[in-house]
Amino acid sequence: MIALRRHAVLTALIVLAVVMLVPFAIVLINAVKTPAEYSSGGPLALPESIHLDALRTFWERVDFGRKLWNSALIAGTVAFLAVVLSVLNAYAFGIGRVKGSTWILAVFLLANTLPQEQLVYPLYYGAKWLGLYDTRLSVIIIMTVIQAAFGTYLLSAVFGTFPRSLLEAAELDGAGRWRILWRVVVPISRPTLTVLMIFFFIWTWNEFFLPLVFLISNDNQTVPVALATTAGDKYMDATMQSAASLLGVLPAIVFFLLFQRTLTRGITVGAIK
Amino acid sequence: MATEIRKGERAVAVSKDAPPPVRPSRTVSYWLYLVPSGVLFTVVIGAPFVASVVLGFTRWQGIGAPTWIGLENYQRLFQDERFWQSFEHNLVLILAMAVIPTFLGLVLASVLFDFVGKRYGARTASGLRAAFYLPQVLPVAVAGVVWTWILKPTGGALNAVLEAIGLPGQDWLGDESLALPSVGGILVWLQIGYPVVIFMSGLQRVDPSLYEAAEIDGAGWWRRFRHITVPQIRPEIYVVLLTCTIAALKVFGPIYVLTRGGPGGATNVPSYFSYQNFFQKTQVGYGSAIATVLTLVIVAVTFLFLRAQRRGEETS
Repeated sequence: MIALRRHAVLTALIVLAVVMLVPFAIVLINAVKTPAEYSSGGPLALPESIHLDALRTFWERVDFGRKLWNSALIAGTVAFLAVVLSVLNAYAFGIGRVKGSTWILAVFLLANTLPQEQLVYPLYYGAKWLGLYDTRLSVIIIMTVIQAAFGTYLLSAVFGTFPRSLLEAAELDGAGRWRILWRVVVPISRPTLTVLMIFFFIWTWNEFFLPLVFLISNDNQTVPVALATTAGDKYMDATMQSAASLLGVLPAIVFFLLFQRTLTRGITVGAIK
Repeated sequence: MATEIRKGERAVAVSKDAPPPVRPSRTVSYWLYLVPSGVLFTVVIGAPFVASVVLGFTRWQGIGAPTWIGLENYQRLFQDERFWQSFEHNLVLILAMAVIPTFLGLVLASVLFDFVGKRYGARTASGLRAAFYLPQVLPVAVAGVVWTWILKPTGGALNAVLEAIGLPGQDWLGDESLALPSVGGILVWLQIGYPVVIFMSGLQRVDPSLYEAAEIDGAGWWRRFRHITVPQIRPEIYVVLLTCTIAALKVFGPIYVLTRGGPGGATNVPSYFSYQNFFQKTQVGYGSAIATVLTLVIVAVTFLFLRAQRRGEETS
């Protein structure tokens, strides 16, 4: 007790941290129960043994492997393409210092701030007209542009401080602009570009609204959309609902563990210009 | 890597024989790099934006030709009780997503940095920070699925806890008076990690001698918090408040997954309201008008914030 009082602040913080983590723990313990165990012991009892049936059934029912692949394909492509676009734009703004860049950047930032509802219906209509509705390509194109709008804003500031002497040296060696970009600017900025790519990947992975509108068929859905549309079903039992939650949470936790440092560094970069 | 260098050498060698490279004209060439984005941006953002604003002045079912009706949608909006309610709900969500997390985040970040970090080591502080941040990495839809299941009226985990300690269980998301506070509580849980992380990293740039001097002068934790921590990380506080307020105005995923705006519109928000008009009621013009008002509100809020921030910086 005395120790607790001496460390009251730390104790309070640990209690709070545990409260924050309780939902994860509840999901985990119930995902490995049998329905019978759940109905007898309730959601709080620890599982007697580990059953993977609910996980397996849910995985098969929604073809979860396919959803993972869709999410990975969309998020990976968007991350890569959005970084390329951001680099091209930022090269013109940050290094080329083209005229009016402040205004163009303000427009880009505004595009990133807009509610997506302001764009979604014309995009939906246009995608139908082009035959791109319910294809992963439609989401890839739209998300790439939206992410690149933010990436351009961030990278322009980074490229603005690029050492001029390096650029001049490359120019003296006879390198053209295109060459300078890919052989000097990009390799030196690689750490920033990697952070940006990880961010785009995670943001796109977590995106819900556009995939919900555009990816309606089972074959094209991403993980969040598949979970949101199936896990609410009344016919699913409680263990399978928690199995579904667990399958949605796991990739996010894996990203978190892999990129913890980058994530915390990155959001601060993103927040304070 | 090696091949790249070799390629480079060959290029240089070739250029010795070839005539000196022609310098591309200075003014034109950088603009070329903006062409791909220019095209995509126009198609994906510019044109849909204009189209959506124009659609706000029409009646359209999504098929056939839209009918121009001028300001009728807007007149209808301002008399539509559901529309005003949806903005009122937004105010509650700004409290849950911006105000409360910023306040708690300040206290938590300051305690972690100024007290826990110094007394128990940086590892303890960063471990706790990670625990607070974890909900932030979840897709909002997944967080919604987790909470729907925890808050289920029968067999849900929260009610099981309450019943275990002798309190009555509630229909957290199905009861009209409880649904919005429940959603708000979940959003606090979801948001809290973001300000904690931003503020902690902001504190790292504060000169430690400020704290040391204050401590020597006998200033307690609260006075250090008020007179050093808060003023020093004011830029971060503005950024967090602004980004979280915008996020609260735009909130869609948690509403869709947790309540679909219900029960009886008790948790409806403008973004979900416009989605309903687009895809359930096929009142595209009306939905566009709602989206346009939401955009205007967001732009106005951003503008006011940035102005307040500039003033704050001038006076400090």
